[in-house]
Amino acid sequence: MLLIGWALFGGVFKAEPLPFEVTEVTAISGEEYAALIAPQVSPDAAVDVATPEAPSIDDNAPDIGAETDSQPQITQPEVADTPPPDEAPEVTEVLPPAEAEVTDEAPELTPPSEDVAVLVPDIAPEAQPRDVDRVAPEPVARPEPDARIDDIVQPETDPDEASETPQEETDATAPEEATTEIVTEAEDPAQAAPSRSLRPQTRPSRPEPTEEPVQTAQEQPSQPEPDVDENAVNDALAQALGGGQSETATPSGPPLTRGEKDALRVAVQQCWNVGSLSTDALQVTVIVGVKLDQDGKPTSIEQLSATGGNGSAVNKAYEAARRAVLRCGARGFDLPRDKYDHWRDIEMTFNPEKMRIK
Amino acid sequence: MMTRLLTLLLALTLWMGPAMAQSPGPLRIEIDEGVIEPLPFAAPDFVGDSQTATELGQNIARVIAADLSGTGLFRELSKDAFISQITSFSSPVQFADWKAINAQALITGGVSVDAAGKLVVRFRVYDVFAGQELGQGLQLVGTQEGWRRMAHKVADQVYSRITGEGGYFDSRVVFVAETGPKDNRAKRLAIMDYDGANVKYLTDSSAIVLAPRFSPTGDRILYTSYETGEPRIYLLDIASVGRRVLESQAGTMSFAPRFGPDGQTVIYSQTQGGNTDLYSMNLASGAATRLTNAPSIETAPSFSPDGNQIVFESDRSGTPQLYVMSSRGGEARRISTGQGRYGTPVWSPRGDLVAFTKQSKGRFHIGVMRLDGSEERLLTASFLDEGPTWAPNGRVIMFTRETQGAGGRASLYSVDISGRNLRPVQTETGASDPAWSPLQP
Repeated sequence: MLLIGWALFGGVFKAEPLPFEVTEVTAISGEEYAALIAPQVSPDAAVDVATPEAPSIDDNAPDIGAETDSQPQITQPEVADTPPPDEAPEVTEVLPPAEAEVTDEAPELTPPSEDVAVLVPDIAPEAQPRDVDRVAPEPVARPEPDARIDDIVQPETDPDEASETPQEETDATAPEEATTEIVTEAEDPAQAAPSRSLRPQTRPSRPEPTEEPVQTAQEQPSQPEPDVDENAVNDALAQALGGGQSETATPSGPPLTRGEKDALRVAVQQCWNVGSLSTDALQVTVIVGVKLDQDGKPTSIEQLSATGGNGSAVNKAYEAARRAVLRCGARGFDLPRDKYDHWRDIEMTFNPEKMRIK
Repeated sequence: MMTRLLTLLLALTLWMGPAMAQSPGPLRIEIDEGVIEPLPFAAPDFVGDSQTATELGQNIARVIAADLSGTGLFRELSKDAFISQITSFSSPVQFADWKAINAQALITGGVSVDAAGKLVVRFRVYDVFAGQELGQGLQLVGTQEGWRRMAHKVADQVYSRITGEGGYFDSRVVFVAETGPKDNRAKRLAIMDYDGANVKYLTDSSAIVLAPRFSPTGDRILYTSYETGEPRIYLLDIASVGRRVLESQAGTMSFAPRFGPDGQTVIYSQTQGGNTDLYSMNLASGAATRLTNAPSIETAPSFSPDGNQIVFESDRSGTPQLYVMSSRGGEARRISTGQGRYGTPVWSPRGDLVAFTKQSKGRFHIGVMRLDGSEERLLTASFLDEGPTWAPNGRVIMFTRETQGAGGRASLYSVDISGRNLRPVQTETGASDPAWSPLQP
């Protein structure tokens, strides 16, 4: 729609100056002579133009006007004819600016690079201290935390009708959500800094992954303030437990990128043929453990768990999953060899929900 | 204090780091989209130990392959593509050779004729890529004449072992064979294997016959005949071709019979004084019970697999629609809600669906819906499709399709309940009103 609008605008702007020229010409000729004749002559074009030239020979004074008249009368129809063909090509030329919108779409695709997704638990606890910063100016002035809601709502809720009161309370709480936290304003940015630094480390951490976690460990004990302790302990625990499992602390190289995971997923689903499964077996989601050798070929496959069906249906669902892995893995899945530690063990969940007949 | 704790945690981190590095935990991916395509299989000729057995072995392998391919779920690989040949039933399978041609399932078998002249068929099914046998080898013994049935039984086993649901190949279909022009068409009851082979005629063409229905054990048939000028219900024993009429009151017409799951109860429609209602009859005693009492037309009843409910067709709302009620009568619940006219409902043997005929906007459809009327799915569309009947496993529906015009011909078609794999059933003559038997014992 914008493009069309621009195209129309462009056409209008360029069409308007042309009629301006025409009006100027008619203004010149319209002083005496054209004011009388113009309404008849203008549509009739060149044939009528010839006849008025004859009287111009007889009269001296009008000769000057006659010469000027003959030129604009020819130009008028030409000008009127030309603008429409001009407009058409202009519309097409306006199109190129559309590329700017195309580029807008491309960045929308890139942000979902969710390699960061693994680190999401680190982000979630950080989000809470941020609220405190914003909140601080207004609510901190009011020291009573419990009375905040009551100041506005309670006089209204006093009436006995129970059905109305809960609705009014919820209205009052909405604006005051921001005022919930009071404690430790100055210390929180110090906590947020190291925890944020972990995330960029994982992305470029290919050259030196081992050094950076050491830095974070040094920063935490360096903080002498007692109030920091709880968060610092949590961070350390997250690194020791969750962080290790989420591949942040593995020195064996960076984890698989989303693209590499997708390539593996696509490779397997090309061979996952559910067309020959019973309707019961199509209700079963089965999780299969696959071990791969360094060539990407499956060395062992086992059923880890299954949900949604009985013995026979589970069996057939597992066999179809196994067939998928074995067939497409027969020549080795295309996986980066330097990240072998990350894909030697794979848990594949085969979920047929989208494939059901119903 | 806190410093000690942090030091401890730091030590823990450093200690666990290398351990995690060696086994970072499994990579987790979810596969939620697959492909739906026929599974390629190889069915080399069954190996015979004599000239006769070798010929039968070839025929049996062909029937098995045709059964499986006919489902639309499997695709047979050409014999020309085979790298290795099966020369002995007991010799080990070269899985690599079958993998190379992408045979995902392999069926091998052996055939012999024993001293008593009995046909002995043995077979195995393999998952080629897993290098494993699916189930265990099985041996069947039967007559040489019954080789087709033995092939169907093998195919049922293969189908079941790969898909996880029962097969339907060793079953029969009773239908109305039609010959002659449309305005003077001769109709006979006929029975055949599900694939159109072994046709036998059960009645002559002296009277118009309609709507044959199998008993739950597949040994008897109920049908409607105009033998006496009025429609009446007959019970026919397939083995002896003996038959008897179900007694009904004078001045009534009875039709659209169907067995209950106990094999002793029959439900049907009876018209008396211009009003049609549903009745139930005990075959042994002949006692009839009226199930509905409405001025509208109630017909085409069909039992649920447990025998507790009936789905039927009624125009009590103004147009024919589908209703469900207790098999003892009582209040009925309408289940069809879409635009158009619904008829000939049939309860699935699995109990989860009802198949029906639907007429809408000048076209006929075979469709299925759930018992609450939800998830209606139309499987076919043509000038005239009607009369669905379920395969024993509830996965396939057979029905009548009639072509337009004076030269129009009725024939049988089957379709998967997914709507895929619509295909004609080959019959010598025109055919209509099919009814699918249960699996044969």
